[in-house]
Amino acid sequence: MGRKLLTEHINVEGIDTFEVYRKHGGYRSVEKAIKTMTPDEVVEEVKKSGLRGRGGAGFPTGMKWSFLAKPEGVPRYLVCNADESEPGTFKDRQLMSKLPHLLIEGMITSSYALGANTSYIYIRGELLYVLRILEKAIAEAYANGFLGKNILGSGYDLDLHVHPGGGAYICGEETALLESLEGKRGNPRNKPPFPAVQGLYARPTVVNNVESIAAVVPIINEGGDEYAKIGVGRSTGTKLFSACGHLNKPGIYEIELGLPVEEFIYSDEYCGGIWKGRNLKAVVAGGSSVPILPTELILKTAAGENRLMTYESLSDGGFVTGTMLGSGGFIAMDETTCIVRNTWNFSRFYHHESCGQCSPCREGTGWLEKVLHRLEHGHGHMEDIDLLVSVAKQIEGNTICPLGEAAAWPVAAAVRHFRDEFEWHVTHAKQAAQPGAVFPGKAVLV
Amino acid sequence: MAKITFDGVEVEVPDGTTILNAARQIGGSIVPPAMCYYTPLKGSGGKCRACLVRVAAGSAKDPRPMPKLVASCVTPVQDGMVVENTTSEQVLNVRKGIVEMLLINHPLDCPVCDQAGECDLQNFAFEHGVSTTRYQEERRTFEKIDIGPLIQLHMTRCILCYRCVYTADQIAKGDRVHGVLGRGDAAEIGTYIENIIDNDFSGNVIDVCPVGALTDKTFRFKQRVWFTKPVNAHRDCPKCSGNVVLWYKGKDVLRVTARKDEYGEVKEWICNECRFEKKETADWTIEGPAHIDRSSVISANHYELPVLNQSVVADLPESTQRELAKNPPLKLG
Repeated sequence: MGRKLLTEHINVEGIDTFEVYRKHGGYRSVEKAIKTMTPDEVVEEVKKSGLRGRGGAGFPTGMKWSFLAKPEGVPRYLVCNADESEPGTFKDRQLMSKLPHLLIEGMITSSYALGANTSYIYIRGELLYVLRILEKAIAEAYANGFLGKNILGSGYDLDLHVHPGGGAYICGEETALLESLEGKRGNPRNKPPFPAVQGLYARPTVVNNVESIAAVVPIINEGGDEYAKIGVGRSTGTKLFSACGHLNKPGIYEIELGLPVEEFIYSDEYCGGIWKGRNLKAVVAGGSSVPILPTELILKTAAGENRLMTYESLSDGGFVTGTMLGSGGFIAMDETTCIVRNTWNFSRFYHHESCGQCSPCREGTGWLEKVLHRLEHGHGHMEDIDLLVSVAKQIEGNTICPLGEAAAWPVAAAVRHFRDEFEWHVTHAKQAAQPGAVFPGKAVLV
Repeated sequence: MAKITFDGVEVEVPDGTTILNAARQIGGSIVPPAMCYYTPLKGSGGKCRACLVRVAAGSAKDPRPMPKLVASCVTPVQDGMVVENTTSEQVLNVRKGIVEMLLINHPLDCPVCDQAGECDLQNFAFEHGVSTTRYQEERRTFEKIDIGPLIQLHMTRCILCYRCVYTADQIAKGDRVHGVLGRGDAAEIGTYIENIIDNDFSGNVIDVCPVGALTDKTFRFKQRVWFTKPVNAHRDCPKCSGNVVLWYKGKDVLRVTARKDEYGEVKEWICNECRFEKKETADWTIEGPAHIDRSSVISANHYELPVLNQSVVADLPESTQRELAKNPPLKLG
């Protein structure tokens, strides 16, 4: 059983209230940071911890903080990205609804480190009930002197606001999020300038994922070095995984990075194996935008080593035989899953969610979806398979924001590993178009 | 000042200049195409991805290449930057892909489109595209919308460059009625239930539109642009500079537009009165033929600088040549 740094008290009765949370050691990190440390020491501690962004890209959080421009007399902002809407990822929702004070504590400590006097939590619009929970918790924190003017008598002021989004996946992209927060249409911005220089209201801004900010709490409590001892190599600490799909025990698991993927799927402590006694066919390891991998490649790397739940091990082999850790949306699919249908479904999502600002993504996502729809419904041609790869390649890397890549990668990876299944959809079109029809063959390993 | 190498040509530009504008200082065929960027409009650019270039060296300090192609219209130069445009195979291939993407939902109705002949998308596709499509699906279509009595919006042709949105925001100021509704490939330019843009400068959205999505209703279906003759003219206008181009067919002024530079960008905005109401030669002081610098079929008719076909003259019999030498033909221009 690994250590649980974030979710240790998640099942304690009433942990969403200030008193119970405080009784279980809550807000210690705020006291420690504000009373005994300078802001730079907090940043240094986070740097030492090796914490990497939990939102998907895995960029070192401490490094991101140190890039923040600090011109004199200009306010800085910390924005928490709680616009979690990637299919397969639902870890932040759980964290916020069960442990609202953990996020608020992290926000206070992080804002102190960055010198921000106003901070925002941008929450996904659909999570309105979580917004209510957070607002109640914030009111409690204000009432107990952890927010507002002169926190703990230190002279440090902080105001924390929660802002709901309007229901667009694209607003999870940091610059689109800032546009939306400013009250504009959620279109991603051109970079440079980066948010660390010109972010919210053209002021220096740091945007961090909910889990990254929550992780600051144990880092300050236990020290960065202590945190860095957990995990393997450059993947330190614990990470929440939201496991879903054809598993016996889907749910949210906090694991120490470095756990073998096989153990995560099959051990009773975690997902407990594949449901109904079936076999695993494929896994999407980090939310719908990362490349899908067939069973053989998710359990072992191409070199035959055990694949571990770390940033490095999951991306071992690049995109040819690897994937990404992403945001931790772990989707398992059993042998009855139709990969073409699944890919079409993902593609439909990205088509729907493209903001329509830049041409490759606006036109390409729709094109991918339509071709996949054709293939799945028995109207495909052999050329369509190469067309998918070609269109995905035309989108990838040529767009303003990473949504283009998110739309292209799953399609390219599905064709890479399951080309036979796509071809079967052309050669056995009538059969494949039947509800529940599944390709009888095997995945391609390279 | 920053010194950059663009396609092997060195150029020195002030700090903060974008790669595209640095390339425009060099000029010629190496300038990346731009479908959405528009110098006079703040915030424009970065959307169409037509101007993507490869940065082979980021700067003198950090000579690593940039991992992805960058939009040259919004990326500022760094001292010592090395940029590849037409010299990079990758850039040309990607550009071909961008053409394809822009065209898959375009109606390709150039034969009946008023913009044909001065259309950025037409030129871009002709220079970088392929002549067939791999797209089999149904194309996106919209109903035509009248934005007031003078402008028509045909979203089916739109490439969502946002130029008109910025124009409505920055030039034709007023109540914000012009924007983008919807998202993804369902996004459309909207004026919130066909609100009329009631502004003296609203006609400029026609000039900035790179395609035939926004057209002048007083000129629609009147004439192909390459059969009309552009003439520079001006008048004393209390609202704008009054410097325009008149487009003649015979003695009739068919339309009035602002003057544009070689990259199709408006030099001076003109008001609706000049554009839509002053369509008599008597309203204007004529300056002379307008030179169309940008690549266009309009400049192909050479009416402004007639050239005598020397080879035909040389093949004439000797006696005729003697006659011609005695009475040379009238030289125009």
